[in-house]
Amino acid sequence: MKLFKIRGGVHPDDYKALTAKHAIETLPLPDLLHIPLQQHIGSPAAPVVRRGEQVLKGQLLAHSQGMISAPVHAPTSGRVMGVGNYPAHHASGLSVPTITLKPDGKDQWVNNTAIPIDPFKLPPEEIATRVAAAGIVGMGGATFPAAVKLNLRTRYTLETLVINGAECEPFLTCDDRLMQEQAADVIDGIRIMAHALGVEKIIIGIENNKPDAQSAMETEAAVYPDICIAHLPTRYPMGSEKHLVQTLTGLETPARSLTADIGVVVHNVATALAVHDALRHGRPLLSRVVTVSGGAIRAPKNLRVLIGTPVDDLLSYCGGFTSTPARLISGGPMMGQRLPGTRVPIIKGSSGILALTRKEIMNDAVMPCIRCASCVRACPCGLVPLEMANHARVGDLEGAASFGLMDCIACGSCAYVCPSNIPLVQYFNYAKGELTARQRTEHKQAETRRLAELRSERMEKQKRAKREALAKRRQAAKAQQQKKVAEAEV
Amino acid sequence: MDPALVSGPHAHGATSISRTMALVMLALLPATLFGVYLYGWPALNLLLITVASALVAEAACLKLAGKPVRPYLMDGSAVLTGWLLAMTLPPWAPWWIGVTGSLFAIVVGKQVFGGIGQNLFNPAMVARVALLIAFPLEMTTFTTPSPLFSSDAPGFLGGLAITFGSAPHIDMVSGASTLGHVKTEMSRGISLDAALAPVFDFMTGFIGYMPGSLGETSALLILAGGIYLLFKRIISWHIPVSLIASLLLLAALFHGIDPDRYIGPLVHLLSGATLLGAFFIATDLVTSPVTAKGQLLFGAGCGALVFIIRTWAAYPEGMAFAVMLMNALTPLIDHYIRPRVYGRDRKGEPLVYESKPEPPA
Amino acid sequence: MIAALLSLMTLGLFLGGLLGLAARFFKVEGNPLETEIEAMFPGSQCGQCGFPGCTPAAAAVVSGTAPVTLCPPGGRGLAEALADKLGVSADLSGMEDKPPAYAHVREGLCIGYTKCFKRCPTDAIIGGPKQIHAVFRDACTGCEKCYDVCPTECIEMRPVEPTLQTWYWPKPLEVA
Repeated sequence: MKLFKIRGGVHPDDYKALTAKHAIETLPLPDLLHIPLQQHIGSPAAPVVRRGEQVLKGQLLAHSQGMISAPVHAPTSGRVMGVGNYPAHHASGLSVPTITLKPDGKDQWVNNTAIPIDPFKLPPEEIATRVAAAGIVGMGGATFPAAVKLNLRTRYTLETLVINGAECEPFLTCDDRLMQEQAADVIDGIRIMAHALGVEKIIIGIENNKPDAQSAMETEAAVYPDICIAHLPTRYPMGSEKHLVQTLTGLETPARSLTADIGVVVHNVATALAVHDALRHGRPLLSRVVTVSGGAIRAPKNLRVLIGTPVDDLLSYCGGFTSTPARLISGGPMMGQRLPGTRVPIIKGSSGILALTRKEIMNDAVMPCIRCASCVRACPCGLVPLEMANHARVGDLEGAASFGLMDCIACGSCAYVCPSNIPLVQYFNYAKGELTARQRTEHKQAETRRLAELRSERMEKQKRAKREALAKRRQAAKAQQQKKVAEAEV
Repeated sequence: MDPALVSGPHAHGATSISRTMALVMLALLPATLFGVYLYGWPALNLLLITVASALVAEAACLKLAGKPVRPYLMDGSAVLTGWLLAMTLPPWAPWWIGVTGSLFAIVVGKQVFGGIGQNLFNPAMVARVALLIAFPLEMTTFTTPSPLFSSDAPGFLGGLAITFGSAPHIDMVSGASTLGHVKTEMSRGISLDAALAPVFDFMTGFIGYMPGSLGETSALLILAGGIYLLFKRIISWHIPVSLIASLLLLAALFHGIDPDRYIGPLVHLLSGATLLGAFFIATDLVTSPVTAKGQLLFGAGCGALVFIIRTWAAYPEGMAFAVMLMNALTPLIDHYIRPRVYGRDRKGEPLVYESKPEPPA
Repeated sequence: MIAALLSLMTLGLFLGGLLGLAARFFKVEGNPLETEIEAMFPGSQCGQCGFPGCTPAAAAVVSGTAPVTLCPPGGRGLAEALADKLGVSADLSGMEDKPPAYAHVREGLCIGYTKCFKRCPTDAIIGGPKQIHAVFRDACTGCEKCYDVCPTECIEMRPVEPTLQTWYWPKPLEVA
């Protein structure tokens, strides 16, 4: 099919050979599971279990709150050891509410009363409800609740379902292996999602560095004429939703809009598999495939891991470190973040754990910007990264925003090519965070002013009321006096 | 720096400032070696003394500014500035021209602005223009080529005497550069063809066996170096192409109108520092615009200014002035010419497609 | 020489005339600086600066009668921003770098004194006589007026912790 070009982008060494040929292995049951209540975009889930309770595999641990949220389920049977704060799977090292579960080893499923019905006979709203109840979120890393995306059909005219099998980040091969090993299930999940969205056209985008996955999916999809496999050029950030849609349709998603505005919804390959599990077998989202790789890992592998497994367990299963890694990353090297430690649990959006050596990072001392404009050429969004960073550095955040800061997808292509090794993305993250913090402060100030004004009004009212009451009493007393005088005279 | 507080990306391409500078120097090497061969030991002496004083000036400024000397010195930018400056000097100029030029380029042209990446004007051009105005005699005295090891070339010691001593070589034959010669002749009333014929023909111009500065002569080798830089993606094609195109267009236009008064496009292309300027000087990363459209405008402006200065101004060679004038406009160009942001139109508003029908409620 | 003299004189007169016209027709009324400065203040009218509200405090800062370090809730950040805006140098050594905080009532010690909620400039404390009081965290600005007045010292100021939603990357360190 016809493909269109995207601007900019880079071509990093993909290092996928480290794990591309390794079949997915299932990690044995860990000793403890830590399941955070927020593993998705939106409001955190609210716990329904307490300390000491016995739970079964697949049982609801916390229900979703609000329109954009997702529930959390027990990955295995065991006892709830506590509902408290635990270090989050996040670079900040902050703690978040987490349910700690001690597996009992029996791995016993909860009674599944819902008999699997043919999903294609269900109305679309029912499919979305079941997907929501299964706690399915975007497994590519964005973790947006999948059911909300499926319900977009009520607000937008949709034509195409695009499946993101690009996996453009170096090192990661989890989606690649899924497509090779479980192509039939993935295709089934995709078709269920298309039915839920009410679209007929399906395009599965797979980069050309995954020829085996392309042929596996093509074989499975051959019987369905509406499914088309697109052979994407290997370029980062081909997996970025907006750029994937541009490559496939030639249309740019308008700024501040969703791809649904141009009739397209994008879902990840692993999300499709989770939908298949939920709708065909009634199973909620309990595990995911994680690529453990990097030059400092003894035995890189692709592992199927229960949600909540501490990263320590994955690392020791892969033989531990051959040398102290220069950096330990969650996700891919371009957009992944440093892990604060190895105690943190795997969450629904963790696609990879990488132990990188200095050579793989290839970062050097930071030098001043020489205005070479390599970043401008590399930016897939048409921004001017060098100006944004220079303005952010001196504190001119509005200036940085005028060069397109709020349209930045933080893909890291600019920092990848910078000859001066400037941490451009960190400047942008700082600037975006600072702008949001300032907005919060302004909002708080406006609120404070409003409350202070309300208070002074209240005090005014009280004073007035007192004065009026006093005046009334005086009036009444005067009237009394006059009455007495009048009575006395009579 | 707390290593935990470093955000992504955690991968980097094989790019660095020193690699960029090294590749530019590699691209300059053939033309430089040819120039040294053409003009002998004095040229080599001048090149070395210019580069050395650039390094010394840079080290002194860094020390004064309290910055770490080693990383900045090793990035190659000072060496490149000195080298480019030497390429634009008359090859038999005395040593103090090179030293003054380097000092001016590094101190006034670069460090005073805040160091690498902060200068507004191309440092080598700042120095060249300052030298040209301050020492017009030394800067316009060229010699005919006297190739290294040939019979009439000065030997090694003779070369030292020329560069460091003040006595000119007894065999030195002074010769004006092509453009300089043409300008003087035409001011004397001699027609263009008659003035050009003895000093210029295509092959000489292309190969470079003629008087001029180190970088003015071999068009062939400079072009090869420039194409190498394009191939290595150190520079993009926009500035060289627009510079040469606008110069050639204007030259062809005026030459067509009056062939006797205006120099033709080929001569413009092969003489003077046209090719050196197009590929190495105007494309200086720090002082040229960052967007493709901006670069096209910048190059076109340079080309037009070069033609204007060469044709109607008092100086026979206009590249240095043209580049500096356009450098002054670079911030303005960068301010107004920005790329189109993804998902937005040229004005910055979100894109609007023709409306789709609303779905049934 | 006469020509040069005359031409320069004419030029000078002409340009001076233009400036005079601009001064009359493009004049800016009032002092917009005061309104800008006031917008920078926290706006809780707490009075810790010694002025009866943020408006007179802004006027005082602009006229120079009050130093830029006058606002304790604004802290260092505000003092720096004010110094920047007014172009004055500020001696920040006396200021302690107070992180944003909110008040918290330790309910075990509360005797229902009611002095605190009467003083709160944003009505952030709820309670009645002889009843346990509580602070609305969202409305609290950390001005410490309640903290100063509580007889049982049951109010403590707790620092506002960053959450996963409010945390963001710090600025990269400067190049050497």
